[in-house]
Amino acid sequence: MHADPKGVLTGIHFIDGDHAACEGALAAGCRFVAGYPITPSTEVVERFAARIPLVGGMFIQLEDELASSIAIQGAAWAGKKVMTVTSGPGLSLMMEHVGYAAFTETPCVFVDVQRGGPSTGLPTLPAQADMMQVKWGSHGDYEPIALCPNSPQECFDLMIKAFNLAETYRVPVFFMMDEVVGHMTERVVIPEASQIEVVERKWTTKKPGEYRPYETDESLVPEMVKAGDGYRIHITGLTHDERGYPAMTAPAQDKLVTRLVNKIRANADKIVDIREDGVAGADVVVVSFGMTSRVAGAAVEAARAAGLKVGHLRLVITWPFPAKRIRELAATVKAFVVPELNMGQMALEVERAAAGKVPVLTLPHAGGTVHEPAAILAKIKEAAQ
Amino acid sequence: MSATELPVCEIENPVMPYLRQERLPHIWCPGCGIGTTVNCFTRALTDSGMDLDRVAIVSGIGCTGRVAGYMNLDSFHTTHGRAIPFATGLRLANPDLAKVVVYSGDGDLSAIGGNHLIHAARRNMDLMVVCVNNFTYGMTGGQVAPTTPIGATQTTMPYGNFENPFNLPFLADACGAVYVARWTVYHVKQLAKAMLEGLKKKGFVFIEAMAPCPTLYSRRNRLGDGVDQLKYYKEKSKVVNGADTKEVGLTFQGDITVGKFVDRDRPTWLEAMNEHYTHHFGDRYTPYGGSHAQD
Ligand SMILES: Cc1ncc(C[n+]2csc(CCOP(=O)(O)OP(=O)(O)O)c2C)c(N)n1
Ligand code: SF4
Ligand SMILES: [Mg+2]
Repeated sequence: MHADPKGVLTGIHFIDGDHAACEGALAAGCRFVAGYPITPSTEVVERFAARIPLVGGMFIQLEDELASSIAIQGAAWAGKKVMTVTSGPGLSLMMEHVGYAAFTETPCVFVDVQRGGPSTGLPTLPAQADMMQVKWGSHGDYEPIALCPNSPQECFDLMIKAFNLAETYRVPVFFMMDEVVGHMTERVVIPEASQIEVVERKWTTKKPGEYRPYETDESLVPEMVKAGDGYRIHITGLTHDERGYPAMTAPAQDKLVTRLVNKIRANADKIVDIREDGVAGADVVVVSFGMTSRVAGAAVEAARAAGLKVGHLRLVITWPFPAKRIRELAATVKAFVVPELNMGQMALEVERAAAGKVPVLTLPHAGGTVHEPAAILAKIKEAAQ
Repeated sequence: MSATELPVCEIENPVMPYLRQERLPHIWCPGCGIGTTVNCFTRALTDSGMDLDRVAIVSGIGCTGRVAGYMNLDSFHTTHGRAIPFATGLRLANPDLAKVVVYSGDGDLSAIGGNHLIHAARRNMDLMVVCVNNFTYGMTGGQVAPTTPIGATQTTMPYGNFENPFNLPFLADACGAVYVARWTVYHVKQLAKAMLEGLKKKGFVFIEAMAPCPTLYSRRNRLGDGVDQLKYYKEKSKVVNGADTKEVGLTFQGDITVGKFVDRDRPTWLEAMNEHYTHHFGDRYTPYGGSHAQD
């Protein structure tokens, strides 16, 4: 299906990542946003609030992030494509509702423009330190999806992908920007609506009475309806059966939680999105994501100029993690280097997948700015020895 | 007479069609007042003549929070305290719904969800909120609630509560609710009528339904069972429609003012938005809302 032209601002723009992310959401068909202001994410909702009246949809600034993160889910069950936007402290408040979205299989997009933490931290400066929080932050077991754009253009392009994934798998999808990506201004090309593929919600074709909200086929993703269509659904955050009714037993829990994690784990190969550059035959592979991937790119170039065989693997999607590919590479490379704007989060995943076959050199950074390319270059040289 | 000899009742309980019968028996204790409020709610639904396919109900967490799960409507059991913001999203994103009802407990709505309550009232969000006030956290075993009267004992106020409770109608009124009423489960007719008026009213409706929790609140305070609480409601209630909500605060086993306290009109959030954008954008703006938005 193609994008609704009403939301697509076709043309060549010079805008920052926050604004581009908003345009991506509008192009993807997002028509309901609830949010609470927080630096460095606010521009996303400010633009949405300005644009949406004439596109046809709704923005509401609510009293806090708890409200925002659940209001969007009410709107999703009313049939809309939905998003909320925040940064660290707000993301922490939203965690209970990440679990609600995962358990009730409510398609929604959480934008997190990352800043330095913990707590109020560095409101106006970048970090990539929420990577594990979005993977594990809500209690219980579930599998989210997370995307990491590294430019305003990608804030647009990947946002459409984020919505498409949310609709396809009915999971909370995290759009993991950082302050630098959010505030950097670059050229952004927005294509014609007819060039933009959007995924429509998996609406049921069954009639009321035949339809069971959590019955699934081999896709493991149930079909959806919306409130007001006569299906008289019941949706709960309690463990539930296929009818959506509470089922407080160990077998019901096992069945539901297993399906929910398998929905992503079994489809991980399809969802994973990595960009490889010169990985074949490399001695060292740098694994990076988001803003850091641009700095790492410069370091990789410099290392090659110095005669080193270095590859670069960029995680466009961090969750699900491309463990299979890292495992393959662990058999051919001498070492991995993982620079990231946190004290070592995704490096743990690389280590897990490499399973001790080769060293994983971390390059932690507490945030506030980006790495010096020279620091990454030095780490690459260390790894190559 | 053995059970098998009992005559079979041919008449169906009129509440049954409104319930998800396959989910019965419900979890509520004998003598609990929540079921009585549900009875009143089903009567209000009948009398409203509304298309039930277009009525949705949203609950938070608690004994009262289970109401959504038993109603044969589009029904959402959300998270503790967050029924109002979920309902806000549902209501705004599908104005075709005839009514979105929030049905939850005093703790859910006024403690953890208190911020949402005051803001939804301030915005005049088009929601009917039914707050079952049993003066306690029933589901978690009878802890002190923001409604627990001074002097009542609760598990986390083992020597008696010394915190000042909320006067819920005053709170809702002060924040801008367009309809505010309080009844007890002794006043079933009045409660059903208030719910009917609430279903028909546009904007933020707040109905406090006082209900016994015999298992935790009454027993711990040596107040007898559910029937004893009904006797208390009967003896100590005074109907004062239009009462100044400032004056209707409750005390431990003291006088109860019941009635319809507030009934006024002001634009809902959605109406205000549409009017404002129509004024601002002129013809370029298409008012937001479905075909039934003006019902
Ligand atoms: C975030 C969160 N905190 C605490 C709880 C535990 N909890 C469940 S119900 C409840 C209180 C319910 O009280 P009330 O809303 O008055 O409902 P009642 O059971 O009395 O009808 C609490 C504290 C929870 N489920 N979620
Ligand atoms: S614990 Fe109290 S509120 Fe809960 S069902 Fe029992 S009587 Fe009702
Ligand atoms: Mg209570």
